[in-house]
Amino acid sequence: MQVHRAFEAGWGGAVWKTIGAPVLNVSNRYGAWHYGGQKMLAINNVELISDRPLEVNLREIAEVKRAWPDRAVIVSAMVESKPETWHDIIHQIQDSGADGIELNYGCPHGMSERGMGSAVGQVPEYCEQITRWVMEVAKIPVIVKLTPNISDIVMPARAAAAAGANALSLINTINSIIGVDLDSLEITPNIGGKGGHGGYAGPAVKPIALNMLAALGRDSVVSGSKLPISGMGGISTWRDAAEFLLLGASSLQVCTAVMHFGFRIIEDLCDGLSNWMDEKGFATVPDVVGRSLHRVSDFNDFDLSFRAVARIDQEKCIRCNLCYVACNDTAHQCIDLIAKDGRVVQPLSYEIQANGKEEAVSMRPSVRVREEDCVGCRLCYNVCPVEDCIRMIEQPSGQPSTTWGQLSKSQRLVTEDWEEMRKYREKMGIHIH
Amino acid sequence: MTNSPTATVRSEALGELLPPLSANQAAVESARCLMCYDAPCTHACPTHIDIPKFIKKISTGNLRGSARTILESNLIGATCARVCPVQELCEGACVLGAEHKPIAIGRLQRHAMDFAYGTGTEPFAGAKATGKRVAVIGAGPAGLSCAGELRKLGHGVTLFEKRELAGGLSTYGIIGLREPMEVALAEVAMIEKLGVKIETGKELGKDFPLGDLQTRFDAVFLSVGLGTTPGLGIPGEEHILDGLQYIEHSRVDASKLVVGRNVAVIGAGNTAIDCATIAKRLGALRVTMVYRRTENEMTAYPHEYEFIKREGVSFSFLTQPIRVDAQNGTVKSLQCVRMQLGSADASGRPAPLPIEGSEFFIPADQVVKAIGQEKPSLATRLRLETEKGFIQVNAAFETNLPGVYAGGDCIRARGAASTVMAAQDGKLAARAIHERLVARG
Repeated sequence: MQVHRAFEAGWGGAVWKTIGAPVLNVSNRYGAWHYGGQKMLAINNVELISDRPLEVNLREIAEVKRAWPDRAVIVSAMVESKPETWHDIIHQIQDSGADGIELNYGCPHGMSERGMGSAVGQVPEYCEQITRWVMEVAKIPVIVKLTPNISDIVMPARAAAAAGANALSLINTINSIIGVDLDSLEITPNIGGKGGHGGYAGPAVKPIALNMLAALGRDSVVSGSKLPISGMGGISTWRDAAEFLLLGASSLQVCTAVMHFGFRIIEDLCDGLSNWMDEKGFATVPDVVGRSLHRVSDFNDFDLSFRAVARIDQEKCIRCNLCYVACNDTAHQCIDLIAKDGRVVQPLSYEIQANGKEEAVSMRPSVRVREEDCVGCRLCYNVCPVEDCIRMIEQPSGQPSTTWGQLSKSQRLVTEDWEEMRKYREKMGIHIH
Repeated sequence: MTNSPTATVRSEALGELLPPLSANQAAVESARCLMCYDAPCTHACPTHIDIPKFIKKISTGNLRGSARTILESNLIGATCARVCPVQELCEGACVLGAEHKPIAIGRLQRHAMDFAYGTGTEPFAGAKATGKRVAVIGAGPAGLSCAGELRKLGHGVTLFEKRELAGGLSTYGIIGLREPMEVALAEVAMIEKLGVKIETGKELGKDFPLGDLQTRFDAVFLSVGLGTTPGLGIPGEEHILDGLQYIEHSRVDASKLVVGRNVAVIGAGNTAIDCATIAKRLGALRVTMVYRRTENEMTAYPHEYEFIKREGVSFSFLTQPIRVDAQNGTVKSLQCVRMQLGSADASGRPAPLPIEGSEFFIPADQVVKAIGQEKPSLATRLRLETEKGFIQVNAAFETNLPGVYAGGDCIRARGAASTVMAAQDGKLAARAIHERLVARG
């Protein structure tokens, strides 16, 4: 029923979650992280795979496929690590009429303790072995879903490619404890007095997912395999979707945002993406895919001569002083408070008897960046609550472009010795405040 | 009056206008606060409550800490949360005001204060006793604030109040729509709990002389407020009700307050608006506010003016009462004359001048006046130096009599008298007294 409703709402496909080994689920499966009045910045779950009987799932998959021949139904599978068990489930899925199979090597809780899920995804050799078993019998495309609970996401991706998988998807959920109940001192979510690690997902994980997606795109072996990548991990809006496409995902999966707001979110996901593509002159999704990937680099290759300073738009500034306190308490102390007469003043310098809105508003100093002291750290830009009020202005540094990588080759001592560094800075006119 | 509403209906008609914020409303509203640094709301607050700090504490669920943050700067924070003209102070200075709605600071403060009073949280532990004793005269906002602050500093404090109940205008003079009497009395109880000895029914100059206090105490703080409403000096004045008493009756026992069918309220300040509100809400068919200048000169806050217009009260501007017509003790009408504005007078506002031959009648069976309060008569009786009739004090709130301090409405020669200003006076005077007592050793 839910998949029908999703398709009615306009979703192009569904990943049917996950069928395979027999399980029992518990209550209080979802914990969530709320912040600053925003609900569900992230969710964490200790839910296992589908606890409905295998044959029920397979029958329904067949029904959905009959009703929606133009939509993709991918079936996520996870069984015990034995070749015959995997062969069986692949056959069963193929018989249901599904369009593809996703191998769930990601589930970080419950299944991993039984040698499935992330227990597979964390060991590239297992990943490769099981994928090979699957590929022995697979007649429909097979996607390997990667776990982020690993030091280097590239390794299991290479293993999947080596085993002949048809596509990759990432990320699965991240190991997490969502919190502790401060009344009962129990773990959240509380499962009969106990709690534990679960899978973390939702808007908060997006930056981690983007990094891992880009890592695959930048790896010559993985990108050389030309495997399409299905991206997921915190996609809530068309903006998120566009970013995943730009970093190399050619299809996208969404879960937490739908759990929060329902299937209807697909409308703006498509509409917003389409409008953005029109605006940018992209005709098709493939025009977008991977378009920003070449810009992902390492610190070693960043231009050390690149300079930018913060500039505050006095017209837009609402005088909240958040940039001032951020800069002065935790950054480079280059924002001043300027009184009406142009003097630099200290905070909280009004008379104790002063009061009233006229006084408070008219006496309020403005904030100004001492650009010569600004290192361009961009903290003020990030804390400013007003759209486009603080901008980072690119400045000519007067220094030739160079990177740390070049420097460590051409002038190795500078990168190893402080005295050599001092001399280098002097020569280049680099002043550190 | 016939068809008098029941007491319950009457007290409901004057019940607190704004409901308390629910926990969820408070969470959402507090999360909106940007947490400005050196925040303009704090600057605008006469007591300089660290507003972003107490709001942040609400958002983290630390209501106890939030209440304490408020009370550290202002011991009568529960009253101020309700009666402060926040549009002119903290909320008026909120940086979100220009493009969005300002944070509902007053209502958030009330949320934290309601928590503290609802749970009986003890905000402050008693400091080490200094052995010094201070007498505070008048248990209004300034007196309560000064007494509480002195107690926090470890001094022995006795608070003398001539009325039956402490709290001053918070108890007797604020319309129930804004602050129920219980809130003012709970605040008094909290000050008492800090260790302040409150003696009610004791009036300076009647029950004891100042000299007596000066020998028994190390310092005296006068927070005696102002006097009654001045006379208009017109025939039939004896039929005019005093606005402050009108409000007091509506609080002490609304069921016994007689409200006319056609009520004329003389004056256009905040107290006059309160009187008009009471009359309208307690059954008057027609309430007319009579003011000799125009809406541009009226002293009521703009938001109060907007409020009373919505209550359905009419205005007769440029109108000066000249006599009250009564038959057999029953008021029949208020006779008035039309005015025009001339050049600026001593108050800096255009002087109203009567237009000859423009006399007319406003039908009224009840006339209430709310045209300010008499200057403190105590000042002259105690031979205190005055400024425009108000008690004169120096920067440390000390009068010309050494060791005798004063604060609150009785010293407010400049600026608008308000509860929060009185609270700040009391706090600053307490600090000045403390410094003196500590210096003296």
